Amino acid sequence: MRSRIGTAAARVAVLLLVLAGLWALWEGYRKLWESTGWTWPFPVNSTTMPHLHDIVGALFDPIREGEPLLARYMLDAALFTAKEAAVGFLIGATVGFLLGALIARFGVLQRGIMPYVVASQTIPILALAPIVVVGLGSVSIAGWTPKDWMRVSVIAAYLTFFPVTVNTVRGLRSADPAAVELMQSYAAREWSIFWKLRVPAAMPYLFSAFKVAATASVVGAVIGELPSSIQDGLGGWIINFNQYYALEPENLWAVNLVAALLGIAFFLLVVLVEKLVVHHPPEQLV
Amino acid sequence: MKPSEAVVTARGISKTFGKGGVTALQDIELDVGRGEFISLIGPSGCGKSTLLRVIGDLVDPTSGEIRVNGKSARQARLDRDYGIVFQSAVLYDWRTVAKNIALPLELMGFNRAERAARVQELLSLVELDGFEKHYPWQLSGGMQQRVSIARALSFTPALLLMDEPFGALDEMTRERMNDELLRIWTEIRSTVIFVTHSITEAVYLSTRVVVMSPRPGRITSVLPIDLEQPRTRETREDPRFFELVTEVREALHAGGADDVVEEPEVVE
Amino acid sequence: MSTLAHPASGRRNTQRVRKWGPAAIVFGIGMALWQWVLPALGVERYLLPPLSDVLQAFWDNRSELVRGGWITFKEALGGFVLGCSLAFGFALVLARWRPLGSALMPYMIAANAVPIVAFAPITNAWFGTLSPWSKVVIAAVLCFFPVLVNTLRGLTSLRPESLELMRSYAAPQRVVFARARIPNSLPFVFSALKIASVLAMIGAVVGDYFGGSTEALGVQIVSSVSLAQYETAWAAILVASLIGIAFYAAVALAERLVVGWHPSIRAGVD
Repeated sequence: MRSRIGTAAARVAVLLLVLAGLWALWEGYRKLWESTGWTWPFPVNSTTMPHLHDIVGALFDPIREGEPLLARYMLDAALFTAKEAAVGFLIGATVGFLLGALIARFGVLQRGIMPYVVASQTIPILALAPIVVVGLGSVSIAGWTPKDWMRVSVIAAYLTFFPVTVNTVRGLRSADPAAVELMQSYAAREWSIFWKLRVPAAMPYLFSAFKVAATASVVGAVIGELPSSIQDGLGGWIINFNQYYALEPENLWAVNLVAALLGIAFFLLVVLVEKLVVHHPPEQLV
Repeated sequence: MKPSEAVVTARGISKTFGKGGVTALQDIELDVGRGEFISLIGPSGCGKSTLLRVIGDLVDPTSGEIRVNGKSARQARLDRDYGIVFQSAVLYDWRTVAKNIALPLELMGFNRAERAARVQELLSLVELDGFEKHYPWQLSGGMQQRVSIARALSFTPALLLMDEPFGALDEMTRERMNDELLRIWTEIRSTVIFVTHSITEAVYLSTRVVVMSPRPGRITSVLPIDLEQPRTRETREDPRFFELVTEVREALHAGGADDVVEEPEVVE
Repeated sequence: MSTLAHPASGRRNTQRVRKWGPAAIVFGIGMALWQWVLPALGVERYLLPPLSDVLQAFWDNRSELVRGGWITFKEALGGFVLGCSLAFGFALVLARWRPLGSALMPYMIAANAVPIVAFAPITNAWFGTLSPWSKVVIAAVLCFFPVLVNTLRGLTSLRPESLELMRSYAAPQRVVFARARIPNSLPFVFSALKIASVLAMIGAVVGDYFGGSTEALGVQIVSSVSLAQYETAWAAILVASLIGIAFYAAVALAERLVVGWHPSIRAGVD
């Protein structure tokens, strides 16, 4: 028990050290470049590299006189983007798993589809985003038209499905052949071999894909918002603050800080669920 | 035995892992003479692999001293007195058989021609002529282990340390490898320390068998093996062979091998 | 000899058909769907114009598209080289001083979870919107973390006996790295480089979204969409994808040449 508290304390100490190190690097770099007047690779001033305390401080300033703090807006925006990302993650992970299961089951699909699954990721998704977001606006399913933010989720899903498909194939195939034969000796159906053996064997692979996918879904949600004129999420604020960057650079940095935290939060959430669900020998993250 | 003849002397070796953790070795005293073939045998957790690593200066003892050829174990390592063979072949996947065998020679500054000549000699010694261009994955487990033995012998070390080298092989292959090892040992006349948990293997190969017991890891008895040299297939059917096997087995049981609860061996 | 050669080459042809046949069939089906079925289903032109129109648009704008592709590819390649070499060097340092490496590892992994493309407007503010460096830096940062994490894993994932062997040869650290750690890391490095090649292209194109030289591919896509020239936009997307695939394939080829000894390659798994 004592040692557990000890390691927790050590972790917090390392965290503080890393944060202090980053702060020192940032401010030290600023100071050196400003005092020597170096302009390579770019000139350093409070527009290009605002003080870190100004960036954090910007979160706790009202955006205009008499209005709530920026942090308040950021929280709402982060939740909005998180919703898009979460729905995108669910769609992408489901599609990715089903596709992976089909590919793992039918070898001919591996050769037929897998090259295109890889190629799909070379399509610059941001370029597609406006087309997807505008295009899906005209789609309605049995009289139900998806909301604007759901179209952003589609982009998040597009980035999410790839790692899940790849690792589902690997994971389902990783089941020990001897264990498969054992199941067959019980005259188990393919369906029960799948659920009782292959899926559990695939779990570690699936979760390492989910960790990559969690990040990808946040990236997809943020860049999906950029061309879609959706103002409620972090992407909308990035566009907004980008236009005022020369005046208030801290604000754009602050949104990016929040986006970074959201990405890390999604990642840690998957790590947490993995700890609860999968009991495999301890291994490295990702 | 006169001290001058001893290749290895271990005096009062103890090893504890972690703070107040497992005592892997306690008060080990051992002398190994030149040209001897010593087996260390005992149940899991008796510290036989740890003792081997302490002798090879791969693990520092908590207390006590190892002398190898009259030098400290560290100096002996720096002088490249050790050839080591592990349970798995530990070949480098990215090197061919010839280049795996030549690895220590490269590090020790032999030139290309010397290396090529030595590799050919060793390939014949372990009967792998013609396999020099193969990669490790193209060989069977037994062949890989022979490559790793050739690699260990390449620079003619004074002392060969072998950590269950045939533990992962099937019984037939293991017996064949035993014969080959004895043939090589007779040819090059080096000193071998051999870790095993097979009683028959220990008796068949060794000039002396060192029996160890766990918790704390210690030497409970040392049995000289007076079977005739060279040993052959007939040796395995010699009544004396069976007597010695029984002696080793009884020594193991007397040392408390029976009340061992299975636990993973501590190797750091 | 000549009589034997025939069945062998026949078998090789059959193997080739087995290997590439399904992919070719899917390609054919995909193209047919795109050209005839989607328009027949009433998919609007602005969503996806028919294949022939996109190819026509490519042909009409070929010189701009190829020049734009080259500009964007140079940005991606610059970022790829910069990010990957920094990551490799940093990984060597972290592997040499293990406590530092293991203390920082969780933070590297967390940094990998940051949506880095969102920083594109900031690099534009650093280097100027028209400067290729703003895209190079975004592509480099995107490549940096996956390569760092994978390389560090490759450098440190040797079996303990491998290192004991080196210790028994009294090998200095320089030799341990040159003969054991670095060769061991190469399969890990290459799988990260393949990911990085795709990320570098995405980084360069997304960087263009926030403004860039009007000739760059990403800018051409954005402006074509805003002018409702969807065929041209799709042609540009096609060019970007083809460059991405070629980049990936080039890295995969280099992998085959450099780490041909690795199990995944000899088994033909990709």
